[in-house]
Amino acid sequence: MATTTAAPVDAQAEAKAAKKKEPKPPFNERWLDKKGWSRRVPLLPALVFTIILTQIPFVATLIISFMNWQANYPNEIAFGTLNNYVTVFTDPALRSSVFFTIVLTVTVVVVSLALGLGISLLLNRSFFGRGAVRTMMITPFLIVPVAAALLWKHALYNPVYGLFNGMLTLIFGQNAPQPDWITDFPRLAIELQLIWYWTPFMTLILLAGLQSRPGDVLEAASVDGANSWQTFRWITMPHMRRYLELGGLLGSIYVVQTFDTVYVMTAGSLGTANLPYTVYETLYSAQDYGLASAQGVVVVIFSIAIATFLLRTVSTLFAEENR
Amino acid sequence: MTTALAPEPSKLANQRRKSNAKARGLGSRRGNVIAGIVAWIIGILFVFPVFFMVLTSLHSEPNASTNPPSFFAPLTLQGYKEFFGASSGASPWPPLINSAIASIISTILVIVLAIPAAYALSVRPIKKWTDAMFFFLSTKMLPAVAGLLPLYIFAKYLGLLDNINYLLILYTAMNLPIAVWMMRSFLADIPVELFEAAAVDGAGLIRTLRSIIVPIISPGIAATALICFIFAWNELLLANTLTSVVAGTAPVFLTSFVTSQGLFLAKVCAAATVVSLPVIIAGFAAQDKLVQGLSLGAVK
Repeated sequence: MATTTAAPVDAQAEAKAAKKKEPKPPFNERWLDKKGWSRRVPLLPALVFTIILTQIPFVATLIISFMNWQANYPNEIAFGTLNNYVTVFTDPALRSSVFFTIVLTVTVVVVSLALGLGISLLLNRSFFGRGAVRTMMITPFLIVPVAAALLWKHALYNPVYGLFNGMLTLIFGQNAPQPDWITDFPRLAIELQLIWYWTPFMTLILLAGLQSRPGDVLEAASVDGANSWQTFRWITMPHMRRYLELGGLLGSIYVVQTFDTVYVMTAGSLGTANLPYTVYETLYSAQDYGLASAQGVVVVIFSIAIATFLLRTVSTLFAEENR
Repeated sequence: MTTALAPEPSKLANQRRKSNAKARGLGSRRGNVIAGIVAWIIGILFVFPVFFMVLTSLHSEPNASTNPPSFFAPLTLQGYKEFFGASSGASPWPPLINSAIASIISTILVIVLAIPAAYALSVRPIKKWTDAMFFFLSTKMLPAVAGLLPLYIFAKYLGLLDNINYLLILYTAMNLPIAVWMMRSFLADIPVELFEAAAVDGAGLIRTLRSIIVPIISPGIAATALICFIFAWNELLLANTLTSVVAGTAPVFLTSFVTSQGLFLAKVCAAATVVSLPVIIAGFAAQDKLVQGLSLGAVK
């Protein structure tokens, strides 16, 4: 897919390079390296490094996923079984973790995108202390995820002395309800924390998008007497579509991989084990390498589904930039 | 720069900018005041947990865990002293140093590998440079759990478990695609004429890199480095799986931190603040380029 969408860019770049080649013969010689090896050499270290450390482990995961390999039964290691995949799709606990991964990703991405859009529209106006508000909005994203999860679990959600219940007492007096947030609403608690963490990310991307709106088009709209709703509906939204897609897809890639929050807040209990956490647990506690690999492969299939769309969006932006 | 030579176009540009600003809706005053108030409220809501974290870290344990919260309790550094092992004797320095080693060295490796790669993808591109770019991007979409198990088994059989060098190599691979994409977007902005002139003057690859590219893109290198540093510092899954006592990083230390019972909220908040501090500093230093890095260079 990357090849087909990117092809025009490639051709253009080559045409550009060809144009450059013409005027200066000595330069020309150095530039026109037919085998292209001198061009490839600077790329090779990074490329080889990446292939070794990302592609080979994945291939190994794929192979191990068809093996019966449990660390505690070293004599029963065997290749050529689909049992791991059967387990992945039939075990109710695993099905629940697949389901929660989807719910978590969709909820967090959609809500933080919507919040991010609203906040970026506010931040795009001029008002007193705009820079300060922008800085405040970025701050949650600069807390180490583990620290953020600890903060929410102990300082905010704690039923006895957490900030949330403390605020309830402060506002409604001693008879205020004091829910045990994580036990009563485990999934919501995790989602809320992640929305808090990811909204700044969405806001930043969407704000960059808003600020890249072509000024002359906006001017033309105001000259033609478009009101602010019309400008938003017919100019801002079409322009923002690509940035919303980009934020949504990048966010999905990152949120699908959420591990820290689940690990710290609930350790996968109360139905909050998502796929990355489950893989970790299968590997670490159960020491079932074959099953852990099969789970890993399922996560990858999810990610590829999202990534296909992401690649298309990025290549559109990329092609425009290089036009 | 152009002002001295041609004042008229710049004046025009100024006028244009003004009318653009008006067209963007920056003109309606009352709307702006309302937007400002709403934005301030939302901003405060979002930053409040962080503020509460820092405030609580400066309270004594009994004052940290009251209901309703005692915002105005006297401040103390007791939480920080406890975090640095005043009474337990467990020092957080080894994990903090491990994190620093893994993040800083992996970031240096990433930059050293990414600059030549970005050069081969923009200045003097290989034929299928877009394919190479999208290959790098696609590896970023491969979740860490996809390779976790072989990396674990490999380390287990070669005795690389709990080894900070292994972790920093993996962090290099983790951040390399981001750096390649960011560096390429910076390199692509350098005018081609500069490279042609350098080539005419007989400068080779190393010379061109050192004398032209690095000086021009050094702000870009700094931003890329800061973002790679943040990602490496934040990482938990790999660190938690591959390290334990010796090479455990700060996030791993944090997760094992909350085992004791009793009053510990100020200590937890102090720990969270200390561990987040490098990221907060790096993040604000790279603020302008943060979006570019997080969107892998797709948004400027």
